[in-house]
Amino acid sequence: MSVLRVSGLNKTFAAGGMFKAIGKAKRAVIDTSFDLVAGETLAIVGESGSGKSTTARLAMQLLAPDSGNIFWDGEDVTHLTGKALRSRRSHIQMVFQDPFASLNPRMKIWESVAEGLRVHRPDMTKTQRRQKVAETLALCGLDDSGMDRYPHQFSGGQRQRIGIARALIVEPKVLVLDEPVSALDVSVQAQVLNLLKDIQAAKNLAYLFISHDLSVVRHIADRVSVMFAGRVVEQGNVEDIFEHCAHPYTRALLDARPITHPDERNRVDEVLVIGEGMSDSGCAYQPRCAFKQESCASFDGELDAQGCACLFPLNSQK
Amino acid sequence: MAGDHLSAYHYFPLKWLESGVLMRHTAAMLELSNLSLSVSIQGERVDAVSAVSLRLAPGRVLGLVGESGCGKSLTAQAMLRLGEHQGVEKSSGDIRLDGKSLFDMSEEQLRTVRGGHIAMIFQEPMTALNPVFSIGSQICEVIRLHLDMNKQQAHQRAIDLLQDVGMQDVEQILKQYPDSLSGGMRQRVLIAMAMAADPDYIIADEPTTALDVSVQKRIIALLLNLQKKRNLGLLLVTHDFGLVAEMCDDVAVMYAGQIVESGSVAEIFDHPAHPYTRALMACRPEVSSPGKALPVISGQVPPPGRWPSGCHFAKRCPLAADDCNNPVAADAWSRENHVTRCLHVGEPS
Repeated sequence: MSVLRVSGLNKTFAAGGMFKAIGKAKRAVIDTSFDLVAGETLAIVGESGSGKSTTARLAMQLLAPDSGNIFWDGEDVTHLTGKALRSRRSHIQMVFQDPFASLNPRMKIWESVAEGLRVHRPDMTKTQRRQKVAETLALCGLDDSGMDRYPHQFSGGQRQRIGIARALIVEPKVLVLDEPVSALDVSVQAQVLNLLKDIQAAKNLAYLFISHDLSVVRHIADRVSVMFAGRVVEQGNVEDIFEHCAHPYTRALLDARPITHPDERNRVDEVLVIGEGMSDSGCAYQPRCAFKQESCASFDGELDAQGCACLFPLNSQK
Repeated sequence: MAGDHLSAYHYFPLKWLESGVLMRHTAAMLELSNLSLSVSIQGERVDAVSAVSLRLAPGRVLGLVGESGCGKSLTAQAMLRLGEHQGVEKSSGDIRLDGKSLFDMSEEQLRTVRGGHIAMIFQEPMTALNPVFSIGSQICEVIRLHLDMNKQQAHQRAIDLLQDVGMQDVEQILKQYPDSLSGGMRQRVLIAMAMAADPDYIIADEPTTALDVSVQKRIIALLLNLQKKRNLGLLLVTHDFGLVAEMCDDVAVMYAGQIVESGSVAEIFDHPAHPYTRALMACRPEVSSPGKALPVISGQVPPPGRWPSGCHFAKRCPLAADDCNNPVAADAWSRENHVTRCLHVGEPS
C-alpha cells in the first residue's frame, strides 16, 4: 500500500505584496499526482521554479492545495487541521538542504534532535529522550559525545547527519529530502548518500527525493518524476528515464549533465533546445522545443499511458 | 560588429605567440611561488595555505580543485591581494604578474591590476551586483575606472560587452536593475564586467555552482569562447571534476592547504596518482554503478592549525607508511606533465 499518495494537486500563488494589483499569479503546481510505497525512492527533478519544492511542501501539508488530495497511509489528510493534523505529522518528515541554516545555533545538538519528541512523545522523560537521541544519532553514524555541543562545532556533513537524525527521531514512514546533498563536498556527499541508503534498507522508509543533480538521482532513486513549469512532464523507472526517455525536456536535462572525462569534450549532442522561457498556453515547453508542431499549442499536458506528456515523444517504444 | 573594440593582439595567430613574435604574451605569466597565507584562529596565526606554487599562462585554463576548506578560494583571492582586510596575511612566498611582485605594488597600482590585468568572477550572481544601481551604470563604472572613455564611449562599450556575452535587447537590459534578471543573465553581466577592461587573466571562483544545469552548460561555453578569442589565462576554482573535464587544460588538486597533485587534464583524469585525487574521483556518483554503495574517504579534513607535520593526507590514506610522517616534497613523484606530493604512488594505473 502506498505510504504517500497525491492526486490532482494544484497550487497557485498570488502575486504578492504591494504589487498585487499589477502582478501575475503563478501556477506553481498543476495537476500533479504520484504515489510512493514503503522502501522506495521517488526523485523529483527539474530546474529552479519548476514546482518541485512546492510539490513536496504540499505533500507534507505545509501548504494547502487549491485542489487535489493528499493521502498518508491511505488516509485522506487534505482537510486535516490543528491537533488532528499535528498528531499525524510524525508520518512524514523533512531533511533540508542547508545544514548550516537548518539547525538553531543556540540549541545543543540533543535539544534540536529531541524537539520532535516533545510534540509527538510527551510521555517520555528527559532521560528517555536523551536515550532515544543517542540511538538515533548512532543510526546516523554519530557517537553520543557530541550531544551537548552546538552546531558550529560540527562540519557540514556531520550537521546533515544531525538533520537526518532530527527527522528520523519521530519514526516517520516517509522522508522528504530537499536537495539533501547539494551543499556538501563530493566526498561527504558520498558518505551521506550511503547513509541514506542504509537507513532506508534498515527502516523500510520511503523517500521523496528532490534534486537537480541527475547523477545523484541516478544513484539513489527507483523512480523519477521530471517537472517543468509546475507539471510532471515525464515519469518512470530510473533506468527507463536515463536510458530511453521520451520527453524532449528530459533529454535536454540529461544532455546538460556535466561530462565525466575530458575525452567527451567533443561529443556532439543533437541540438534539442532552441530557445528560453515557457509558454502559458498549450505545452509549456514549446518555446524551447526543437520538435514542436502546430498541435502543441493546444496540448493539455496530460501524461500518456507511458508516463510522458508529449504529443511527439522521442522514443515511442519506451 | 561586436568585439571591434578588442585590441589587435587578440587576433594574431597562435603560432606567432608560440614563436615569440609577441613578446608581451610570451613573457606574460601570473605566477605564485611558495605562497603561504595565514589566518587568525582564536588569536593565533596559523597557515591556511601552505607553499602553493602555480603558473597561469595566457591562453591556458587552469583548474584549482579541492573540497571546502582546502584553501582554494583564499589562494584565488590572494592573486588579487583580496582578503587582507579580512585578516588573511602572507606568511611567505610571492605572487608575480609578468615578473612584477604584487606585494611591491602601491594601492594605486593594485587598482589597475584588479580588473585591468586580472579580473574576477564570483560564485553568487545574486549578491555580486548592487541592487540599487542599474546594470548599465555598474558596467560603465568599471569601464570608466580602467579606460579613458567618456560617457557615450563607455555606453557603447557596455553594449558591445553585453552582446559579446550573448545577450539580446541590450539597450533595454542596460536600463534594468539586477532583480529583474535571472541567475544566468546576471552571471553573463558579471562576465561582461570582468571583460570590461580587457584583462589578461580571469579568476573564476565556482562560476556556475549557483546555476541550473542547462544554464551551466551555456555559461561554460561562453567562458571558453571568450577565453579562446581573447587568449585569456583562466583560473577556474571549483570542487567539480565535471567542470574541470569540460574546461581545463591543466589541473592542480588542493588538500588541506597544499597542492597535492598537478598536471595536464589528460594525465589527471587517466592516471590520477595521489591517493586523495584517486579517492575524490572515485566517490563521484556519476562514475559509480547505480544502487551500489559509493566509495568514501574515511575520517575528516584536518583544519588549519592541526595539520600533521608530514603528509597532510596520511591519516586518511590507505598507502600511508612511517616515512609519511616527515614532510613530503611537492614533486616527490613526477613524470612528464604530472607531479604529485606522495612517496608511495608506485606507477599510477
